[in-house]
Amino acid sequence: MRRHRSRWFRFLLPLTVVAAGLLTAGCGQHYVVLDPAGPVARSELHLIETASVAMGIVILFVLVLFAVTLYRFREKPGSRAPYLPLWHSSRLLEFVLFAVPVLIVIILAVPTVQQTFALDRLPPAKHPLVIDVTSLDYKWLFQYPQQGVATVNYIDVPVGVPVLFELTANSPMNTFWVPQLGGMEYTMPGRVLPLYLQAGKAGVYRGNSANFSGRGFAHMVFHVHAVPEASFVHWLQTVRQGSPAMTMQDYRHLIAVGTAPEQSFSSYPADTFPTATHGFTLQGGMYMEPN
Amino acid sequence: MSHLLAQLFPPSVLRPMELGADASILLGGLGIVLLLTRLRRWGWLWREWITTVDHKKIGIMYLIFAMVGLFRGGLDAVMLRTQLAIPNNTFLGPEHYNEIFTTHGTIMVFFMAMPFIFALFNIAVPLMIGARDVAFPKLNAISFWLFAFAFVLFNMSFVVGGSPNAGWTAYAPLTELRFNPGVGENYYLIALQISGIGTIATGVNFLVTILRMRAKGMTLMKMPLFVWSVLITSSLVIFAFPALTVALALTMLDRLFGTSFFTIAHGGMPMMYVNLFWIWGHPEVYILALPAFGIFSEVVATFSRKRLFGYPAMVGSLIAISLLSYGVWVHHFFTMGAGAAVNAFFGVSTMLIAIPTGVKIFNWIFTMWGGRIRMTVAMLWQLAFIPTFVIGGATGVMLAVVPGDYQFHNSYFLVAHFHNVLIGGVVFGLFSGLYYWWPKMFGYLLSERQGKWAFWFFLIGFWVTFFPQYLLGLKGMTRRIYIYPHGLGWSPLNLISTLGAYAMGIGFVILVYSVVYSWRHREPDLTGDPWDGRTLEWSLPSPAPEYNFAVLPEVTERDAWWEMKQEGRSGKVRAEDIGAIRMPRNTPVPFLLGMSFFVAGIGAVFSWWPIAIAGMLFVIALLVSGWFEEHDHHDIPAEEIRRTEAALGRLEG
Amino acid sequence: MTVQAHPAQQTQMPLEFRDSHETLGILGFWLFLASDVVLFACLFAVYAVFHGRVAAGPTPLQIFHLGPVLTETVLLLTSSFTCGIGIFMMRRGRTKALMAWLALTMLLGLAFVGMEITEFTTDVATFGTWHQSAFLSSFFTLVGTHGGHVSFGILWAAALLVRLWRQGITQATARRVYTFSLYWHFLDIIWIFLFTVVYLSGKIT
Repeated sequence: MRRHRSRWFRFLLPLTVVAAGLLTAGCGQHYVVLDPAGPVARSELHLIETASVAMGIVILFVLVLFAVTLYRFREKPGSRAPYLPLWHSSRLLEFVLFAVPVLIVIILAVPTVQQTFALDRLPPAKHPLVIDVTSLDYKWLFQYPQQGVATVNYIDVPVGVPVLFELTANSPMNTFWVPQLGGMEYTMPGRVLPLYLQAGKAGVYRGNSANFSGRGFAHMVFHVHAVPEASFVHWLQTVRQGSPAMTMQDYRHLIAVGTAPEQSFSSYPADTFPTATHGFTLQGGMYMEPN
Repeated sequence: MSHLLAQLFPPSVLRPMELGADASILLGGLGIVLLLTRLRRWGWLWREWITTVDHKKIGIMYLIFAMVGLFRGGLDAVMLRTQLAIPNNTFLGPEHYNEIFTTHGTIMVFFMAMPFIFALFNIAVPLMIGARDVAFPKLNAISFWLFAFAFVLFNMSFVVGGSPNAGWTAYAPLTELRFNPGVGENYYLIALQISGIGTIATGVNFLVTILRMRAKGMTLMKMPLFVWSVLITSSLVIFAFPALTVALALTMLDRLFGTSFFTIAHGGMPMMYVNLFWIWGHPEVYILALPAFGIFSEVVATFSRKRLFGYPAMVGSLIAISLLSYGVWVHHFFTMGAGAAVNAFFGVSTMLIAIPTGVKIFNWIFTMWGGRIRMTVAMLWQLAFIPTFVIGGATGVMLAVVPGDYQFHNSYFLVAHFHNVLIGGVVFGLFSGLYYWWPKMFGYLLSERQGKWAFWFFLIGFWVTFFPQYLLGLKGMTRRIYIYPHGLGWSPLNLISTLGAYAMGIGFVILVYSVVYSWRHREPDLTGDPWDGRTLEWSLPSPAPEYNFAVLPEVTERDAWWEMKQEGRSGKVRAEDIGAIRMPRNTPVPFLLGMSFFVAGIGAVFSWWPIAIAGMLFVIALLVSGWFEEHDHHDIPAEEIRRTEAALGRLEG
Repeated sequence: MTVQAHPAQQTQMPLEFRDSHETLGILGFWLFLASDVVLFACLFAVYAVFHGRVAAGPTPLQIFHLGPVLTETVLLLTSSFTCGIGIFMMRRGRTKALMAWLALTMLLGLAFVGMEITEFTTDVATFGTWHQSAFLSSFFTLVGTHGGHVSFGILWAAALLVRLWRQGITQATARRVYTFSLYWHFLDIIWIFLFTVVYLSGKIT
């Protein structure tokens, strides 16, 4: 008996050490998914928390049942646990074990469906700020169609205003993801997908791509500067007055393969963002040039 | 000439690491050739292995390839983790990293897990149902050789021409010629296509075998659960793999023959690829997982010395999972703008899979309840599987919560989840099956002591590798990035994860050492039933003779062999019951067919069309010659069988 | 290696079903056909999505000519009929008649493939290659896959003819002719879908 325990202990010890190490290593900040800075990310976190709790209960229940079974029925000399070699079914037990997962699925399915629809709708009240996003090899181009300015690899957005991101790609697919503002959406050539996000508090939020697009994929990083509305207006003015206009030449530079630093443009050429499918056929571009 | 050289040897195959691998492969190959020549084993190799149609030997050959695949895929994994161990690491460049994660995923799925499950199908299924071979032994050999040559073709890529580098999912349009020049992606497309043909044939073969060749009295509901899982898996293969065939074919047509399936300017649509790929891809997950479930069901009953709990529910949930698996594929891309209704539907359908899976978990636990649990290595893998898979399944449900997936998609949370279920579910199951059936394959046991060391290294290594990855996902780290900067809080977790991967690597090394050690110190298992087994394969000597059963068994109960033992019967047969047995004859055609496909594959990869056409003409010639083959079997005389059985001590009286 | 069926049952059944080993082959072939159905289903789905995506290339309306396609349909349907008569002759043990009908089936198939190749080459000569649009790519791939299957069937029929000529009707040859007929009827059914989904609906819209 004692021998047995020491054997278990030999394996439990390193496990405990590792777990402790993990916890300390994990104790920093930077859990961006768990630190929402806007309503979309918050509602998503809410659902993640619900799911975590439900799943945590399931895991705990199964693990305890498993551990008890294993401890009680392991083969050892003089075991006093009952031995039932022919016991192989129990209507009641099987029904309960079927009903419990069903119940849990229902508990999770209802808010999932509700939230999925809710996130798809336009937030009420204010008119959204529109930002047209194009993923390029290997940088992000942002265009503000209402304001007429454009940026590369960073954006400024006003706090408290819903932003409609219109996502497309002039390169292989990427995904647009700012974890602290909310979940991601693909950027795809030939399609424009909408994504609503909103910053609830000022700050700089890291965004990146989550879909592999080739050599420079790891460098598809951008930053979202969420600022008070007054600062946003001020920033717009600075860009309009202090930054160069984007020429077609500049645009071609951008769509060529390579990384790029953060840039601002006071204006950009028309038709560089598709308003409909096949939009890029007009302007050519990396993806569209005839083979 | 210089153009040809540049095509064959682009810079990516001339890196020091690649050249080192080339040299070791060359030396290893040379060593094997010398050894075979020295021992005069070429004829033996040809007669006993290359031309064999015996399911037991084909199973062993699958196993060898699966182990090589595990080695290569594992080495890839260790290199990936080494690169990610510290921020701003320069161990691998971006191109190199992209190639390695692509081959890692592709090999692990197609050239490790698939051959591993086919190995166990081949080794166990005919013996478990009381059959002398599979329904189509020659087709079985063809399946194997198509797989084997596809394996060689795919693994050649880093030596000649360059590796594929668009991920194992190979999403269009990244795989289009204009973004992905070079021949790497062709290797991926063509090797998978060739092995895919063999896979569909294997599905047909085992479905017919199980439906039509069971022992007398073995009704469907008296089959061992592993056989049930193979039955369901085979049907999944038959109906899911054509979607992959089409997805790969369209990409190949785009790359090699100038179609415009995925060219936007010509009306193409990359999402078509994504849909087709996952219409195959999700059933594929269960093609890998269900056989593992089957193995666990055998192992848990045997080592708990107890009947399986809830057999009908186990069968029902296998069927339910297989049907549901066709209706969940969109959950691989909730974030592709399918709309709320579609996403909600697929989110809920995905959650539904948790119900039959949960039923299975509980049934395994209740099989142990009231039993006598023996801690053999095979059972340890099963015991590690239950908590691991429960956690992996739970994070799967979290990913099915659509708005949650918006945050988890393609992050390290996802990476952790699918390794959690694929290693914790599939690989643990395969290792369990490996230890369980090893004596049946080779006639001796693997060292339990070393097996336990390998087990603990691998299991602890597994959790140390993948638990931090869940946290990394929550910290916003996305999959497939080759480099990350300081200051994001990712560094310590990545380092821990890398250390875990090394521990898993050590576990694998111990396993391999243990195989060699156990072989050198083998003590023959003369009982044929070292685990006190429950199913028919344990009624046979280890390894079983060519014809498996001298006299075909009759079955009255589930756990047929257990019942026979309870009734005091042995596996012995009476001499007068033995008659002549007709067995399939060895044939070189499957090997040659694989070789022809290989030649055609090389031609297609490099667009050397005369060679491709020549290869295909060989294929057709071999097929046509097969149609004319008259004597594809031979009869073993009763006297010879009596002698064999007597030598094995299996004749009564 | 397999269990024999009861002799009493055997005489009632057609030749190819009398040996349990041969019936395995028939079941296996059905399963292969099931798998092939999924393959075609995927290609049909691809075509259904892409048929409107003509880009700068020709539209379905422009390239489909119902006349030749109708002739192809008649050829293939007739070949299915002659194949059926062949099986009928096989059941009566008439080797020569079986071979004649099988040969006719093969010739009709050849004519079908010939017409299809002509259609394709004219299309390419008039409108250009499948590179132009996703529609053309999916059209040629779908119809071409069917055509490839038919061509393979012709090769198979030729091999069967040689074997029948050398051995006559045996359990083994009967099983092979029977599975060939399954294959051939299957291709006929696929063609009916092709004709409706691709050509007819292409002409209507």
